[in-house]
Amino acid sequence: MSLIGAEGPDLVTTFAAAGIDILWHPSLSEASGSEVIDLMHALADGREPFDILCLEGSVMRGPNGSGRFHMMSGSDRPVMSWIEDLARVARYVVAVGSCAAFGGITAGGDNHVEACGLVYSGREAGGLLGADFRSRSGLPVINVAGCPIHPAWLTEALHQIAAGSFGVADLDEWERPLAYTVHLVHHGCARNEFYEFKASAEKLCELGCMMENLGCKGTQARADCNIRAWNGSGSCIDGGYPCVNCTAPGFEEPGHSFTMTPKVSGIPIGLPTDMPKAWFVALAALSKAATPPRLRDNATSDRLTIAPANRQKKKTRP
Amino acid sequence: MSRLIVGPFNRVEGDLEVRLEVGDGTVREARVVSTLYRGFERILAGKVPADALVYAPRICGICSVSQSVAAAHAIGAAQGISPPPNGSLAINVVHAAENVADHLTHFYLFFMPDFARATYRDELWYEAVAERFTAVKGTAAEDTLRARAAFLHIMGVLAGKWPHTLAIQPGGSTRSVTANEVARLAGILAAFRRFLERRLYGDSLERISTLSSQQELLAWAGERRPESSDFRLFLHISGALALDRLGRASDRFMSYGAYGRNGGALFPAGVWSETGLRALDIGAISEDVSCAWYASHATSEPPAVGTTIPDVSRRGAYSWCKAPRLGGEVVEVGAIARQVVAGHPLVRDLVERGGANVMSRVVARLVEIALVVRAMERWVAALQPGEPFCVHAPTPDDATGVGLTEAARGSLGHWLTIRRGRIETYQIVAPTTWNFSPRDAGGTPGALEQALVGAPLREGEKDPVSVQHIVRSFDPCLVCTVH
Repeated sequence: MSLIGAEGPDLVTTFAAAGIDILWHPSLSEASGSEVIDLMHALADGREPFDILCLEGSVMRGPNGSGRFHMMSGSDRPVMSWIEDLARVARYVVAVGSCAAFGGITAGGDNHVEACGLVYSGREAGGLLGADFRSRSGLPVINVAGCPIHPAWLTEALHQIAAGSFGVADLDEWERPLAYTVHLVHHGCARNEFYEFKASAEKLCELGCMMENLGCKGTQARADCNIRAWNGSGSCIDGGYPCVNCTAPGFEEPGHSFTMTPKVSGIPIGLPTDMPKAWFVALAALSKAATPPRLRDNATSDRLTIAPANRQKKKTRP
Repeated sequence: MSRLIVGPFNRVEGDLEVRLEVGDGTVREARVVSTLYRGFERILAGKVPADALVYAPRICGICSVSQSVAAAHAIGAAQGISPPPNGSLAINVVHAAENVADHLTHFYLFFMPDFARATYRDELWYEAVAERFTAVKGTAAEDTLRARAAFLHIMGVLAGKWPHTLAIQPGGSTRSVTANEVARLAGILAAFRRFLERRLYGDSLERISTLSSQQELLAWAGERRPESSDFRLFLHISGALALDRLGRASDRFMSYGAYGRNGGALFPAGVWSETGLRALDIGAISEDVSCAWYASHATSEPPAVGTTIPDVSRRGAYSWCKAPRLGGEVVEVGAIARQVVAGHPLVRDLVERGGANVMSRVVARLVEIALVVRAMERWVAALQPGEPFCVHAPTPDDATGVGLTEAARGSLGHWLTIRRGRIETYQIVAPTTWNFSPRDAGGTPGALEQALVGAPLREGEKDPVSVQHIVRSFDPCLVCTVH
């Protein structure tokens, strides 16, 4: 559903621009019922060749590996069996969202439903198709992870795939498109000045950096959320709440409350990527000591209380 | 009598199968099957209550904000707090944006494309409908996607993003807005109003929302050509195909009340049936699992003490959907229920004449878009930049809370129990759980199961088009149904 929010251009025009014909999409296509089952058979046995298989949602293997928690309507077969059949004949296989990639939120808790991704169960390689799976193009499953995905993460990857220009070099260590995972959520974060001075928010809705107290994982999470606008202008952090690292495998079970930073002796456990702990502690102490009142006050306020001002500009007399 | 198994259903959210007994060219009996179980209620057990605000919206990519609102209400009830005025207004705007976008998506992308099917190619109206509404290729698809995406810029301002925001909290919204952002929101609404007035209605929101009877509606439609607006074109098709005689269920309606609480809601809570309006008693809600794949000591459990123990081998079961009942009775939920309970004169008149049917369900949805967008304009204008948007309170270690709200497709409730600071039980009863429920212990079919009986079959149909219309007239969300 995030996908149909694509804009600049809209989704239909985006697909047309990429030369992609939609054989079947559950929310958009006319075909329903037996027409769909007939199409699935034709795709699976090669009568109808196709290029790209996109899967949204976890693979449900339960109970006891039977797949009966998710039967394909109208077919009396588990959806996981259909996915396996279709993945073997597709030229490219794309996991759309963290559920299809890694199991995601449905694999949370005790995962009694045995949810997994196409080639991962959380951080463990394997999943439904096995770690060595390669689609007919020779590429592994392309994991457009995110919960939700940004529509453009997928449409741009699909456009590149359709143009024949997408290769292994475009993927990161979790086979996510580097196009968006080459960035940290921290990049372009509008709260960076607060971060620099460790001027931290204490409650949700305050303006300061959310790393120290509110569980924000923006300095570790890989995505371009603060460079590429969501819904015209937003991002999680712009919305006043922390990054939960939703593009990462296993994000659904962080081992602590999502909106509370776990600490040891007052120091956050999850430090920024590549940052040696001693340096972080030293710099944090230094920058905290140097925090200007403007940032210290604004950090714990729900609106700007002190605006930046140029002191050289003289006040005009009334 | 013969058997038809229809599925999967495209253009509904989630997985659905319908099993039909057919004879003499009509549906005699229907069984509605939810084919996917995910276990969100179990995922939530043992978590810190605040984390429900991360998990619950991820039940669904289309009712995400409704899930947030219900979870925030449930936790807020346990904490004993409610938002300051700005917080309530911001949450209303965000929630309304999702619900209105869903109504729009339903009408243009899910429901109308069925009339562009080849089975109708000999109808006089076919050409105009096919050009406008053919799935993916019709002109409406692009128009709608653009208008919808621009409208959802509201989420970029107020909610960070859509779906899956964390901006909605028990004590209000995490996102304060400034005066210029209020202006931006007003601009987004003005652009959306133009789309609705030019394309959907061919008239003002004020005129549409004040239509007061079936007669007035039809006279309004006759003022201009059917092709002059999408609503008129729908009413034209509806008349030609007698959609007002298709898909009637039990005509008992329930609404939890929407957009505000404690008497201040835009649409009030209540129950409406032939005998009139009565107050909603949420203590009378229970979920029957006689025909659902769950193990239970009781045939029926109130959600406050409900359990979720999947049992694929349960005898007589045929769906992952439980069967919620209000005082033992089947009720229908959705826009039509909200508007009947709220006493909208047009919707009341339609229901008094022909009950809930394919036509009246769609009309109720379209009228509700006009009502809600006007309310959104008022809420945005009432925001007070500089005043608080959120208050905070600790969560008690032992408490209970119920969060009730209305998703686009009907009543959504969360029942929460907290013990020793952790979620002990979390039960969710979603809108389509009500509408698409299986039979209960007494053998009474759910609302859709009733609505499908009598649906006519065309010659040689494997996937009867009448069944498609009836199913989609409820705007089901199966991912929420069995969370």
